[in-house]
Amino acid sequence: MKMPMPANAPAAGVNTNTGFLFFNPDEGAVITAIVDTLIPADATGPGGVEAGVHIYIDRQLGGAYGSAARLNMQGPFRPDIATPSQGYQLPLTPAELIRAGLVDLAAYSQKTKGNTFDNLQPADRNAILTDIDGGKVTFATVPSKVVFDHLYNLVQEGYFGDPIYGGNQGKSVWKMIGFPGVAGMYTQLIEQYRNKPYTADPQSIQDFA
Amino acid sequence: MATKLPPVDIAIIGFGWTGGILAKELASTGLKIVAFERGKPRTTDPDFLEPGKDDEIRFANRTDLMIDTTQETLTFRNTGDQTALPMRRLGSFLPGTGVGGAGVHWNGVTWRFMEWDHEAYSRTVSKYGKGIIPADMQLQDWGISYAELEPYYDMFEKTAAISGKAGNLNGTKIDGGNVFEGARKSEYPNPPLVWSQAMTMFDKATRSLGYHPFPSPAANASRAYTNPDGVKFNQCHYCGFCERFGCEADAKASPHFTVIPIAMKNPNFELRTRSQVLKINMDSDGKKATGVTYLDPLGNEMEQPADIVIVSAFALNNVHLLLYSKIGKAYDPKTGEGVVGRNYAYQGGGGATAFFGEDVITNPFMGAGALSMCMDDFNGDSYDFAKAGYIGGGGISAGSSGGRPIGYHPTPPGTPKWGSDWKKAVVAAYNHTVGVGSQGSVMSYRQNYLDLDPTYTDSFGRPMMRMTFDFQDNEWKQMAAARDISAAIAKEMGAKVIATSLPAKPYSVVPYQSTHNTGGTVMGADPKTSVVNKYLQVWDVPNVFVTGASVFPQNAGKNPTGPVGALAYWMADALKNKYLKSPGALIPT
Ligand SMILES: Cc1cc2nc3c(=O)[nH]c(=O)nc-3n(C[C@H](O)[C@H](O)[C@H](O)COP(=O)(O)OP(=O)(O)OC[C@H]3O[C@@H](n4cnc5c(N)ncnc54)[C@H](O)[C@@H]3O)c2cc1C
Ligand code: SF4
Repeated sequence: MKMPMPANAPAAGVNTNTGFLFFNPDEGAVITAIVDTLIPADATGPGGVEAGVHIYIDRQLGGAYGSAARLNMQGPFRPDIATPSQGYQLPLTPAELIRAGLVDLAAYSQKTKGNTFDNLQPADRNAILTDIDGGKVTFATVPSKVVFDHLYNLVQEGYFGDPIYGGNQGKSVWKMIGFPGVAGMYTQLIEQYRNKPYTADPQSIQDFA
Repeated sequence: MATKLPPVDIAIIGFGWTGGILAKELASTGLKIVAFERGKPRTTDPDFLEPGKDDEIRFANRTDLMIDTTQETLTFRNTGDQTALPMRRLGSFLPGTGVGGAGVHWNGVTWRFMEWDHEAYSRTVSKYGKGIIPADMQLQDWGISYAELEPYYDMFEKTAAISGKAGNLNGTKIDGGNVFEGARKSEYPNPPLVWSQAMTMFDKATRSLGYHPFPSPAANASRAYTNPDGVKFNQCHYCGFCERFGCEADAKASPHFTVIPIAMKNPNFELRTRSQVLKINMDSDGKKATGVTYLDPLGNEMEQPADIVIVSAFALNNVHLLLYSKIGKAYDPKTGEGVVGRNYAYQGGGGATAFFGEDVITNPFMGAGALSMCMDDFNGDSYDFAKAGYIGGGGISAGSSGGRPIGYHPTPPGTPKWGSDWKKAVVAAYNHTVGVGSQGSVMSYRQNYLDLDPTYTDSFGRPMMRMTFDFQDNEWKQMAAARDISAAIAKEMGAKVIATSLPAKPYSVVPYQSTHNTGGTVMGADPKTSVVNKYLQVWDVPNVFVTGASVFPQNAGKNPTGPVGALAYWMADALKNKYLKSPGALIPT
């Protein structure tokens, strides 16, 4: 007989590693709101917050990526003359960039919509992010589009990446798109499933631990 | 002050495909050989085992197997009147580091360049006259023909377990292989990989359009195989985590389990890992190299005297080492004089994404790096490129190299970048989409070059290399044509919606395009327009040899490593059988 599970036990494969390490509560609330705006929960599949994308971003910014691992930080910095084709040229680590961007965003949403970003209606949040992405918003300290592009990439990584990093919890995103995960062996299957749906319970790195 | 070590016969700088081949081939001479590799040692077990090896965030997004830009990177600008700035994060190309180099994390599409590619200048001029060549284009021959290189292509294909189908065996054209390739003396060592759904669709569509599709030659072994050195390959798993990842199966040919362990069996060979070569040392009159200076793993500066120096540090690093060591005359774009850094080129793009309905199921995650169908109907001189309005061409292909979801979740044009409609579109497209794309040739131009940066230095205090590059009109025309042909193929495949694409204009170092950087130490018959002769020996300093795609005079519409590997075997042969018998310039100037 199967033992009944205690009500608060996590479902298999769901990360209990929640809470913010890097963000303060205000930052965490805004990041959560951004993730929720970019990937809302709906009938198609998990929302970004459900999937843990805000936790993924927190861990990345608090870790090596946030402190500029693999990002050359040698001066002189010349964002004043840099062309887009030369890539990132700010003297800020990703952690510093996002932090500064959240301060700017707070001021911008107060000024234009009269409230903090996380307290705005979804339509207002969406309008702000659309304007930023469209290059229509000037932040006080850092270029808004550069901040947004970094966040957008992090959201994509957290949503579609391996759950071991904190996002894509329960492999829910992989299930949604039909990606069978890691350690696939398709030598005997590729011909058989040509133009046929292949479904398998996806495997993540954690499943082998 | 550097600590001076006892001399050796040969110093090899960089231990990827080319360094590994040279070490294997030369070890049998009994000479004392030391290879320097700046990165760490790596073995399939445990470094590339499942499941950790299939970590898209670590290996694809954080580029864990590639160079660390905080140690070494280059500066970049599109044109000579701009200020070059450091490429602070890897993007457009992903040079490798560590034993095996980029051979560990490549895809494995392994070509022979076309006969035309090796003699691009003379064949173009004899067919169309000199007038067709734009004034700023520096089109050149290799100084070696396809026929001379054929046996060495064969050696590399057998070493790397290439799976493919010949289209031209001793002059007999074979349907289903590449009928535009130069004559081969033998079949590929392994049959083609199993075709994916995308390949069957591309095959059918291109045939009905009158083209000549064939399976791309792949360094992903289609079956268990033992190469001529006795190295065992396993059959590919079609795991779909291939490009940017190590291979768990020893199915993707990589130097770390093929040529390198063979070299290491020889007691006269020594590998020093975590050893960064800073420069090649020269004698006082600048005519002879005396060895190399490097940093040992603890950062101590060491001097290693050597009679012969082999530069096999990847195309870009080869150029940097020669410029910094002042070997050969640096190129000056103003006067057109000098050769080191001249004729830097890259790879073109352009393509179409075909979106289907639910009736087409592609299972993109079942794939291998080189699992694709290609056609050369618009590559090299298989067609009248002059009529098309430019010089060159490109292979056009479609296949299944993996469906890793961060990097691969296409959406049709008009889809918002986020929100519920975006999510719906991602789900609708993931398993029902085929990408058709081209790799275009890129010619060399007076204004595209490499030199030393006046401002920025790497973490070792050396000036960074400065890249000045943009695609030129000739390439934009070729890429637009390839895009349109790709779209026509997508249409013929029955696509419901087609999205077309071209590289960013101007060229940008931000999005990944390819690690097919070529030129800068080009080979040729004339010391005024080449750094090395046809044996890859530096004209001015005969005891220095350079190997890698930096010797290509311009780039072909194909991935580079087939000819890179063939040239390494060719150079090893010249060193062993010509140079060692009588050290000195192999071709008098
Ligand atoms: C993601 C990716 C996909 C690719 N796919 C394909 C493909 O499908 N088909 C194809 O043909 N090609 C492909 N390539 C290109 C292919 O990997 C290279 O052409 C090939 O590896 C070049 O061999 P090499 O010996 O010149 O350089 P590498 O294999 O890169 O080896 C050079 C070595 O030199 C070392 N080194 C450099 N400088 C120093 C120094 N100063 N001191 C000590 N050591 C040094 C480096 O660490 C490195 O290990 C791909 C490359 C990448 C990155
Ligand atoms: S697809 Fe094949 S060759 Fe590539 S990593 Fe997987 S098993 Fe190795």
